[in-house]
Amino acid sequence: MDYIWDFNVVVRFFPVLLEGAVLTLELTCIAVGMGILIGTFVGIGRVSKNKLIFSLSSIYVNFIRGTPMLVQLYLVYFGLPAYFGPIPPLMAAIITLSVNSGAYVAEIVRAGIQSIDRGQLEAARSLGMTYSQAMRHVLIPQTFKRIIPPLGNEFIALLKDSSIVSVIALEELVRKGSMIAGRTFRSFEIWTAVALLFLFMTLPITQLVNYAERRLKQE
Amino acid sequence: MIKVVDLQKRFGPLHVLKGITNEIREGEVVCVIGPSGSGKSTFLRCLNLLEVPNGGRIYFAGKEITDFKNVDINQVRAEMGMVFQRFNLFPHKNVLENICLAPLKVRKYSREEAEAKAYDLLQKVGLKEKALAFPDNLSGGQQQRVAIARALAMQPKVMLFDEPTSALDPEMIKEVLDVIKELAQEGMTMVVVTHEMGFAREVADRVLFMDDGLIVEEDTPDNLFNAPQNERTQSFLSKVL
Ligand SMILES: Nc1ncnc2c1ncn2[C@@H]1O[C@H](COP(=O)(O)OP(=O)(O)OP(=O)(O)O)[C@@H](O)[C@H]1O
Ligand SMILES: [Mg+2]
Repeated sequence: MDYIWDFNVVVRFFPVLLEGAVLTLELTCIAVGMGILIGTFVGIGRVSKNKLIFSLSSIYVNFIRGTPMLVQLYLVYFGLPAYFGPIPPLMAAIITLSVNSGAYVAEIVRAGIQSIDRGQLEAARSLGMTYSQAMRHVLIPQTFKRIIPPLGNEFIALLKDSSIVSVIALEELVRKGSMIAGRTFRSFEIWTAVALLFLFMTLPITQLVNYAERRLKQE
Repeated sequence: MIKVVDLQKRFGPLHVLKGITNEIREGEVVCVIGPSGSGKSTFLRCLNLLEVPNGGRIYFAGKEITDFKNVDINQVRAEMGMVFQRFNLFPHKNVLENICLAPLKVRKYSREEAEAKAYDLLQKVGLKEKALAFPDNLSGGQQQRVAIARALAMQPKVMLFDEPTSALDPEMIKEVLDVIKELAQEGMTMVVVTHEMGFAREVADRVLFMDDGLIVEEDTPDNLFNAPQNERTQSFLSKVL
């Protein structure tokens, strides 16, 4: 092996990699934020007794979870323009990641609601509260604490999976990495740096998840 | 106050209530006893429609509440307090909020009104100093007394109790039964499913013995406990007394 490490290249291009990391983080934050919004409604739909609401939310969740994110991205970026005209890559990326995250968050919310003791809903209803009052004031608030750890895991998963949008030329961390590696032929150094940057972003969240899980167990 | 006619309930193939007919009069305290699985809880839960009956009729305060198209179920339930075996307090809310939630959201009371009423009720169940405590920090007996106060806060016409002391350590049973007795003395209409025969004997105006989805025998506590007529009542009582 006569490959000689030269991490100077990493130092030189670090600002560029950092730019990519920031976009990765931004995309993930927006997507998970939107995902929580979508997922809360769809998750509630998944425990609904209304057949139409239940079916629609189930179709959405199953479609997203049963198809590759890459295909979803192509569908949005190349498919939707057939009806709506061209979509900028950033918009396509945000739509895809948000809609994808929404389905996973919906399952987290559903599991959270279903993990609450049946007696809570019965107690609320026996006091004359409507189903939606019971949801809003009794069940949903109790799910908050329980869904923090799985939401953290969803954030980590999406942070990593967001690299898929590099295929539509969005210059997030992985795309920046491959551009620099292609130009400098310093693949080992660059991809090590990219990996470490990902790790740097995910580790604090992993810690947070672990902490939240410990707290929950104590209760 | 409550009239039940030929009440039927099935869970899939399981026929749990096989035609219950009875009437609970205003101010009456009715205790329901019977072996495990005989349908006591299901009967009670049908009364406030937590379980939807498969047949028969229930009248409450002169109105048929099983006439689902013309009845607001939530309004009916607001008039019937229910106390559960496992308390079912809301763990994310403190005692005061537990009691005030339904009066605020269902009855649309002002916060001052709701809290004033809540403190009165806490005084009554002897837990005024626990108003700001969370349920997890209370003993079982205290939680159950809060649950009773929470149900009373809606000013119900009837109180339904499903084995209110079965989940309690023995030393806490008395404090809960005393609260229920006090309610009885004040003339509250009550249906109490219980395994506490001493309590039933002391407080009940009438005792229903249920077995296998039917009311097999009903009488005053004196008659039912001292001279049960039905053979199944006799055999049940010989085991529990
Ligand atoms: N939601 C349900 N789904 C299916 N079966 C049920 C349901 N609730 C009750 N049952 C069944 O109905 C029967 C009567 O139950 P119920 O709880 O009314 O009995 P019970 O007299 O209250 O008994 P216990 O003294 O043990 O509380 C039991 O066989 C029970 O397993
Ligand atoms: Mg029972």
